[in-house]
Amino acid sequence: MRTQAIPYHFLMRALQGLMPILAALAMTPAARAALTIEIIGSGAKQIPIAIVQFRAEQGLPQQITPVISADLQRSGLFRMIDAGGVNPLPTEPSEINYGTWTARGAEALVIGNVITLPDGRYEVRFRLLDPLKQTQLAGLAYTASAAQLRLTAHKIADVIYEKLTGDVGAFSTRVTYVVKRGTRYELQVADADGYNAQTVLGSNEPIISPSWSPDGTRLAYVSFEARKPVVYVQSLVTGQRQAVANFRGSNSAPAWAPDGKRLAVVLTRDGNSQIYLINADGSGTPTRLTTSASIDTEPNFSPDGQLILFTSDRGGSPQIYGMPASGGAARRLTFEGNYNVSPRFSPDGKSFAFVQRNGGRFNIAIQDFASRQVQVLTDGTVDESPSFAPNGRMILYASTVGGRGILAAVSSDGRVRQRLTETAGDVREPAWGPLVK
Amino acid sequence: MRRILMGVALATLLAACASTPDEQEGAKVEERLPAAQPTQPAKPVEPGTATKPLDTGRVAGDPLKDPANILSKRSVYFDYDSSMVKDEFKPIIAAHAKYLSQNRSRRVRIEGNTDERGSREYNLALGQRRADAVKQMMQLLGASPDQIETISFGEEKPKAAGHDEAAWAENRRADIRYQGE
Repeated sequence: MRTQAIPYHFLMRALQGLMPILAALAMTPAARAALTIEIIGSGAKQIPIAIVQFRAEQGLPQQITPVISADLQRSGLFRMIDAGGVNPLPTEPSEINYGTWTARGAEALVIGNVITLPDGRYEVRFRLLDPLKQTQLAGLAYTASAAQLRLTAHKIADVIYEKLTGDVGAFSTRVTYVVKRGTRYELQVADADGYNAQTVLGSNEPIISPSWSPDGTRLAYVSFEARKPVVYVQSLVTGQRQAVANFRGSNSAPAWAPDGKRLAVVLTRDGNSQIYLINADGSGTPTRLTTSASIDTEPNFSPDGQLILFTSDRGGSPQIYGMPASGGAARRLTFEGNYNVSPRFSPDGKSFAFVQRNGGRFNIAIQDFASRQVQVLTDGTVDESPSFAPNGRMILYASTVGGRGILAAVSSDGRVRQRLTETAGDVREPAWGPLVK
Repeated sequence: MRRILMGVALATLLAACASTPDEQEGAKVEERLPAAQPTQPAKPVEPGTATKPLDTGRVAGDPLKDPANILSKRSVYFDYDSSMVKDEFKPIIAAHAKYLSQNRSRRVRIEGNTDERGSREYNLALGQRRADAVKQMMQLLGASPDQIETISFGEEKPKAAGHDEAAWAENRRADIRYQGE
């Protein structure tokens, strides 16, 4: 195991007339480019917002406003209003000529400034204003080291997103995924925008199914380094890890219970692939949750911990079932098509994302529990491993372009799609981390 | 079914025995006679006589590694989405079952594999079921369950790298590996 930080650069291409984003691109240091985020489509209603460059941010090791703009753009729910020609740029409420911004169509305005503190850290202040009502919607100050400036920008984007959409922002969260480079596998953790990627595990054998603990401090995953699948739990704080399921046969598909103390896993210790409950510290004896003669795999807990969704072929083809988290009678939930797999509860528990095979294609779909309505969200050839953003708005998934694995995201209403591409390597098995307070 | 398989196993074992390794080994020994003994007539070595090979015994003596022996065949191939053992691979499984039943100290691991299509975790389970299908047939033919561990690599360790039917067919496979190999 080794730890390594991979420098990234961020390149963004806006489609469908999202031109102001080129300004963000121009301000990005070229040496960090490795990840491209492409936005396809947009929300039904986009909020026009002007984000004015913060005072004194130009000299910072990491500028703030380009990160905020990029975050909001990526959601597909915002349209950037150009501040070009406004002189001087306001950084305090008293300097704002509201008419300038209402004339440009802005329904929200962000201003701010950065102060270098005596200890070398920075104080970043920002205000979110409504130019029509001429009122302040939010105003906060953050103290940050140089290394925390990006995170600070993401947190500001979260506040803006929440104030204007009513939903929790998820820009300051992290994602994990597996990169394959030649014969080498790397489990990486990065910011939700792809920056600050770090390898938390490197191996010459495959790594699959990474899963975040509810508090975001640990990852469970399956590693083949022992020439068979074994489930590990690794602390992201200390880097230490432990095999928590290493029984005779195969051990796989770890899913955290919301209490963070237990994992549902798939074991073959008693024969066929069945779902068991184990302690996340590897102690004790597994409790068997399913008893079928078929394949039962890919468990996933409901947010309240009461239910488990899983994939089973007990009906002849792989379909999605639900059962009580303590085991017991399972109910089939999917009926369209003959291959529905990889269920993931939405954070509000009202729907689930999954992979549906249509002809030879595999696509991400979402099904509402109440209406049983299914919506296919993607149109790739091989889209798999769906993972909800913690606010439920986006679904991160693995896709393939030209035989190479990439990551992509789609909004849970199917309107906005992003493609996240690493320039080198084959990327797969994404999992979006939780909101961390 | 069981009787037929046993019959097939026996036939294949007999076929394997027909090419006795001793003759080949004897010939090799003769070729290696030192040139310092030119007066020695180059008479053929009788099969089964006392001449012993110096360095080839281990390899040729192990039926698992004899290319002419069905036991050297280690892969069972499957159809898409299927873990049903096809007739053409039953003789291979039967031969290994027979070998395991006669060599109780030997252990095997059967590794299931799938093609790249579909969910990685579901494929891991499907590969496991392929390995289990081979194991069940071996048990039926006399191998002990203690001798066999089944695991799966799912789609994670493809033998063929392509993305077409030929590569997929090669990757829908269970491999028989003996402990210590």
